[in-house]
Amino acid sequence: MAQRAIREYDGKKLFAQNWDKYFKGLNYPFESVLVTSGEELLKKAEEPGYEWLKTKPLVVKPDMLFGKRGKNNLVLFKVNKPGDVTLEDAAKWIDEKRSQETTLLSGQKGVLTHFIVEPFTPHKEDEEYYIAATTLDEENDVLYMSAHGGMEVEENWDKVTEVKIPIDASDEEIEKLIKANIPADIPEDKKDVYAQFAIDFYKFFRDLNFAYLEINPVVIVGNNVYLLDLVARLDDTAGFMMKDVWGDIEFPTPFGMPEKSPEEKAIAEADAKSGASLKLTVLNPEGRIWTLVAGGGASVVYADTIADLAGGVAELANYGEYSGGPTTDETRFYTETVLDLMTRKKDPKGRDKILIIGGAIANFTDVAKTFTGIIQAFEKYADKMKDVGVRIYVRRGGPNYEKGLKDIQEAAQRLGLPIKVFGPETHITDIVRMALEDDKAKA
Amino acid sequence: MGLFTRDTQAIFWNNNRSAIQRMLDYDYVIKRDKPSVAAIVAPTSSNKFDKFFFGTDEVMIPIYRSTEEAAAAHPNADVLLNFASFRTAYDVTMDALKLPQFKTIMITAEGIPERLARIMNKTARDKGVLIIGPATVGAITPGAFKVANIGGTIENIVKSKLHRPGSCGLVTRSGGLFNELCNIIALNADGIADGVAIGGDRFVGSVFVDHLLRMEKDPNVKYMLLLGEVGGREEYKVIEAVKSGKITKPVIGWCIGTIAEHFSSGVQFGHAGASANADEETAVAKNKAMKEAGIHVPDSFNDLPHVIKGVYEELRGEGVIKDIEEPEVPPIPEDFAKALKAGKVRRPKHFVCTISDDRGEEATYAGYPISSVATPDTGKTIGDVISLLWFKKVYPRWAVDFIETVIKTVADHGPAVSGAHNAKVTARAGKSVVESLVTGLLTIGPRFGGAIDGAAKYFKYAYDNNMSPAEFLNYMKKQGIPIPGIGHRIKSVRNPDKRVEGLKKFAKEHFPSTPLLEYALEVEKLTTSKKDNLILNVDGTIGILMVDMWRALGYSEEEIDEFIESGTLNSFFILGRTIGFIGHVLDEKRLGMPMYRHPFDDILYDVQKAEEIK
Repeated sequence: MAQRAIREYDGKKLFAQNWDKYFKGLNYPFESVLVTSGEELLKKAEEPGYEWLKTKPLVVKPDMLFGKRGKNNLVLFKVNKPGDVTLEDAAKWIDEKRSQETTLLSGQKGVLTHFIVEPFTPHKEDEEYYIAATTLDEENDVLYMSAHGGMEVEENWDKVTEVKIPIDASDEEIEKLIKANIPADIPEDKKDVYAQFAIDFYKFFRDLNFAYLEINPVVIVGNNVYLLDLVARLDDTAGFMMKDVWGDIEFPTPFGMPEKSPEEKAIAEADAKSGASLKLTVLNPEGRIWTLVAGGGASVVYADTIADLAGGVAELANYGEYSGGPTTDETRFYTETVLDLMTRKKDPKGRDKILIIGGAIANFTDVAKTFTGIIQAFEKYADKMKDVGVRIYVRRGGPNYEKGLKDIQEAAQRLGLPIKVFGPETHITDIVRMALEDDKAKA
Repeated sequence: MGLFTRDTQAIFWNNNRSAIQRMLDYDYVIKRDKPSVAAIVAPTSSNKFDKFFFGTDEVMIPIYRSTEEAAAAHPNADVLLNFASFRTAYDVTMDALKLPQFKTIMITAEGIPERLARIMNKTARDKGVLIIGPATVGAITPGAFKVANIGGTIENIVKSKLHRPGSCGLVTRSGGLFNELCNIIALNADGIADGVAIGGDRFVGSVFVDHLLRMEKDPNVKYMLLLGEVGGREEYKVIEAVKSGKITKPVIGWCIGTIAEHFSSGVQFGHAGASANADEETAVAKNKAMKEAGIHVPDSFNDLPHVIKGVYEELRGEGVIKDIEEPEVPPIPEDFAKALKAGKVRRPKHFVCTISDDRGEEATYAGYPISSVATPDTGKTIGDVISLLWFKKVYPRWAVDFIETVIKTVADHGPAVSGAHNAKVTARAGKSVVESLVTGLLTIGPRFGGAIDGAAKYFKYAYDNNMSPAEFLNYMKKQGIPIPGIGHRIKSVRNPDKRVEGLKKFAKEHFPSTPLLEYALEVEKLTTSKKDNLILNVDGTIGILMVDMWRALGYSEEEIDEFIESGTLNSFFILGRTIGFIGHVLDEKRLGMPMYRHPFDDILYDVQKAEEIK
């Protein structure tokens, strides 16, 4: 977990909700809505407080955690000329966009579902500033400031001033550091207000446990601040102490990410309910090599080794782990899910499927107990496993491992499943080599 | 110098019993003089100490409410093992950093907010305190000191040669793979001299290079093994140290997570810290850079054992590594619970229980899960529960209904009877429900409620000895005992006790036979002919019908006598009347009646001046 992106709308809402506490003397007219359809937008316009949707020209953008929306031609700010977008235009555009698949310049594909709608803010290009902050390293945050915001900020990165701020800096030190580093090309008459905004911005970033926060551009007119575009990630480990400030904030799946399969969702749900850790990602449902690995580090090592020894990941079906002392029932459910996926189809080339039941030497997980769950799943799926031709390779150590290995060997033999079982005297990933060599011997 | 010595002592924050026991088992195996845990901090515990095994003996480890108290009482303990949750681990560390005592703080919690973790780590660095973690299983200096669960079970520790110093310095991120690497190094070389799992969170207090530079100076470490991960740039600091000559001992290195190369994005392989934000943060790039810097890097994790063996054998050939004389390992006393489970030990039991069992998934009453007799849909009543728990039998419906009828019949008899009165007086003295209840129950005996026992006993005796009703009356007269269960204060033949009528009617209709009741009714005919109120009363009826019930259920005469002798019959009265007594006590509590004082005018005072005896 750790750093997770939030929607632009939610980021702006956090600003609005905390504005008076952090940005004294400045004014932020928070006019912004998040909708999923044109109809919803039209309805919103009838609610009190949202009259501006009918009276002001609008800007519409998808709000789905991807950037470069301007370059992707996904910002509606004009029909004929900038600033002429009406409520009806906006609703129509939203419905048009959400009715078809969109491909970004980066190649990410998907259907747009969430849109942020705001008033069009006329301003001059030289009023577009840039500000961002991130957690740089162990000792420092960094604040990025520039007088040249907008779409071309990356091209103009040499004009961005970076200020390292020690994480334990006092308010006075922060103020001093920022004031001393205000970009020289910010007009003299704006310097004070920009500096004040930058100082407040950093404290807001820090106190609300953002991991990354970028406003590009930010437009400052008098004492009015317009946050035109925003990107933000929160440190979700701080969730337990930020409940009141963040509220029920959403961490959406990034645009273009394939939706989780029902099996992955089921495991994720079981994981959320359990004190143990259950993770499953299906990489290739047609894959021939399936893994059932205990422990986070070990699961990575097995995946690495399969890719190394099988000459790539074409045959690797899944990635995942169970760890943290899962109950027998949880292990059974996890195993059944994997076995179910694995036994749906035979290998098109008629080869055996390989099930790697791996793991390092456990610190405290009772191996025999977790293996009982695996054996129960074997009993249910033995026939299907035989149908598709599954060969099993086991390697594990830790508390009670002798009994666990003996039990699983006996169970597989009783059920007529081919199995090879190894303990800590065998190198953790060596069963991957054996499995692949057995393939060759069979071929 | 390794991270720890044989004199290192820790203060353990949180009473994690199994982890502390593992540390003490380790101490015993390596023959330490003092336990490695000096004290425990447990803010909410009310105990002053906890007991742990040290070999076959037990030692007491003191418990304190705060780190400050523990530190003050144990000034030599310079390691804090912070086992607080991610919610409190930061506060615990910051409090400890205010004390000058701790040189090393290990933090196990995973998912401390990043900003707090960074502040915690920086504060420690500024004060020269070494932080291990967060999100780690800890560290070990074999033969000297081990942190909590690192190394796993004691059997595995000995197998992985973690009970005595070897020659490798090991640094990993992952805790699970730390164990595995110790095993691999023990299988292919001579074990480790010092080892640290730095932790899986993005911001950890000490990093690979901190430990490798320390190990470079440690004469016991002859070569080092670094197991890194995809993500972050920590491995490059090690590469720099190797290139600049700060590290001269051989280093073996590998970064796990080369798999990430094959997938564009979206799949999180491994820890929170394990996500590459740039090309140079990938495992493949780091492995390549390490190799270029002269670090020994295998082609695949599966080849790591060969590389370890190669480096080890070379150093051994050069005479840098000497052969180790293996120390004798004392047999580790097996944990009783574990040995018992494995069927290796036995012990005579001090208690026996034949009625209920709470060891399984659900507690049972005489083999029946509670849920199978509890709710109305089971069709079972309190009578069924009594038959299971008192008699270990499933009684037929008529017997169960009779038991329940008895309980209901004796539940209360107003406030004036001695037990209820006692309970009320005690309740008014401000005592609790249980105290008031027992003062009532304590009056139950030969004169109050005891007639049930007595009636069963004497009527059964007379019947068994074939006494005629007249002979029985005579017998009782000779014994000088009024017949138990006969006589009522106001009820008589012409004004019968409806409770008795009900019981008799039920028995007649539902009992297979009622021989003792028939006999008792014959006796009643005789006694009532002498005096109208010498009827068979409710206590007598209950006692006698219980005997008839047990006979019909097939119990032997000896078994029935045993029931009577052990006070079973009286138990029905005690159980039933408890309902009434509790009612009276709650009644008093609700009424809020003041302390009771008996009026003078109701007491006959006849006090003579005491005679003096000379």
